[in-house]
Amino acid sequence: MRFWFRRVNWPRNKGPTMPGFLKEFFNRNGIGMGAAILGLVLFWTIGLIILPQLSMLDFSFRPNLPPPEIGGPKDVYTLENYKYLIYGPEGGSQSYNAVDLRVFFRTLLAAVCVTVFNLILCYPIAYYLGQSKGNHIRIFAIMLIIPYWINEILRAFALRIIFGETGVLNTLFVGLGIWDTPFDFIRNDIALYAGLGYAYILLMIFPMYNVIESLDKNQIEAARDLGAPWWRIHWRVVIPYAKPGISSGCTMVFMLSAGALAAPQILGGPSSLWFTQLIYQQFNDNNDWPQGAAYAIVLLVTCILFVLAMMRLFKVNMGDIGK
Amino acid sequence: MSAGVGVDLENLWIRFGDFVAVRDANVNINGGDFFSFLGPSGCGKTTILRAVSGFLEPSEGKVLIGGKDMRGIGPNKRPTALIFQNLALFPLMKVWENITFSLEISGASAKERRKRADELLDMIALPDQGDKLPSELSGGQRQRVAIARALCAEPDVLLLDEPLSALDLKLRQHMRTELREIQKRVGITFIYITHDQGEALTMSDNIAVMRAGVIDQIADGKTIYNDPNTAFAASFVGENNVFRGKIKQIMGNEALISTNRSGELVARISTANQGKLAVGDDAMMFIRPEAFAIASDGASGDHFVTARVNHEEFEGNVFNIFTEGDGGKEIKVSLPNLGQSFDDHTGQNITLEYETRNAVLVPAGELAAE
Repeated sequence: MRFWFRRVNWPRNKGPTMPGFLKEFFNRNGIGMGAAILGLVLFWTIGLIILPQLSMLDFSFRPNLPPPEIGGPKDVYTLENYKYLIYGPEGGSQSYNAVDLRVFFRTLLAAVCVTVFNLILCYPIAYYLGQSKGNHIRIFAIMLIIPYWINEILRAFALRIIFGETGVLNTLFVGLGIWDTPFDFIRNDIALYAGLGYAYILLMIFPMYNVIESLDKNQIEAARDLGAPWWRIHWRVVIPYAKPGISSGCTMVFMLSAGALAAPQILGGPSSLWFTQLIYQQFNDNNDWPQGAAYAIVLLVTCILFVLAMMRLFKVNMGDIGK
Repeated sequence: MSAGVGVDLENLWIRFGDFVAVRDANVNINGGDFFSFLGPSGCGKTTILRAVSGFLEPSEGKVLIGGKDMRGIGPNKRPTALIFQNLALFPLMKVWENITFSLEISGASAKERRKRADELLDMIALPDQGDKLPSELSGGQRQRVAIARALCAEPDVLLLDEPLSALDLKLRQHMRTELREIQKRVGITFIYITHDQGEALTMSDNIAVMRAGVIDQIADGKTIYNDPNTAFAASFVGENNVFRGKIKQIMGNEALISTNRSGELVARISTANQGKLAVGDDAMMFIRPEAFAIASDGASGDHFVTARVNHEEFEGNVFNIFTEGDGGKEIKVSLPNLGQSFDDHTGQNITLEYETRNAVLVPAGELAAE
């Protein structure tokens, strides 16, 4: 967003009590344009993100009541939806809601795995794209982008064709005699990981590419000249420099993987539920919006806390993520 | 000083596709020398440096360091250290980590590295600055950190790619002296790339003058300035006035040329061209602005030039007179300011006088672009 704020240089207007950054913002853009931009940004963040989330938060603390009783005496704030995730149904056979909790932690762990796998896969690609010059880079970028023109569900089914029991891979390997029986990629979740990884490749590559592209080639040559082998050049020069891009990419991939629905629905094995599927079931099948909202809020907050903890661990600033 | 490790280029050719960046370069650089490649941008001097440092393999010919052929040896294995034009300090490492990066690679402990960094920081007169980031230093300080980082690797040959070009004039002049002192102290071979003849002349033991991939002359600064081999070397190094003409007569090491506009003039044939010029050849005579004196009116002969004065200027240490010259170029005359009075000659004809030893004759050739 930064660049189009700067581009327009409208006549100066003065606001007497505005904070400095707002004043400068209006000086650059003029009152009319400035107000329009600010209005749109505020509408976007408050109207489309914060308010709906707040209403979800509100839902999550209410009991699931039939419509006539909403606003009635039974409609009071309660923690029961959250308790349900931890303790399960009252009078249930287990003292903990083992099924849902297991799905929850498995989802987080799987999202971490997808993120790490994507990082390992995408870093060399981003490095290559960022540091080489020429038209083939543009062709590469287009080849990366075009698959995203196809809708998510189609892409997921296409992967089913590749990984299915009678799919391309199994036909190939069994036909070549490498395997005796078809390997069940779906049940072993390999199709799911591949699908999630594939879905977010761009979100991992582009932030890293952006940063690495601006790395001065001389830095790499200087390190090499001083005797560094290639892995140390990456470890000490390229990766520290690319850290904002890496963290930005990892954050996005982690958040989106943890929150993905279509890929787990289509590519996941029958026994492996994704936590988002549980949320979906609560909203849709059980028609229990408060319970679904509570699950969604728990997922969101946990993901945010996890990302913040990782950022602290790897000493990344919030500002870096925006790069 | 012959303790250092020498560098030799033997029949070195470097091509990029059809473009020849370096054409048959033959250079012997003595160990412990401060050697400069001097030439305009795009002449191939940086290409030579990259071939010596190992970032580029020559298309033909050899790079020898200490007599050893370097073919196939990567930049991280050569006994060279390169100082980049933009320095290329690592922005996210502290100054001391930058300086001791080469030790980190060889596995030295943090304590050892810190100690070495402090020694080097003392040497470059930046004590106690080790914990800063490069961005917190001034341009000159960063310059010195880059030198320390390169020296920390204890190279046999230090390669410098126009490292002073980003500095302002005062600092640049100061750093010249400093670089020369550092080189004398550490005693290793310095190979310095520059387009600035002042830098090359003040610092170097020997200079190679380059033009479009070809080395025109290799000699010490005094020789290059006073006794250039080619028209390019004469016109690129320092200011020079050119007189074009044909050789009319050769008398030993001197020659009489009939110039296009200043009549017949006598000149000394430059050492490298003695015995190679013949009567009737196109030639160029070069006289430095400071080699002229104003003669009394009416004087004439084969070492007098008469021309109309276009304009004059006072530069402080010298008084400059610009007269009409050959081929649309003005003749510049610089008279030292010794407290005498300077008459205004603008619009008048003046007669200039020179001594034969100060007029150098070379074969006609390409001049350096202004």
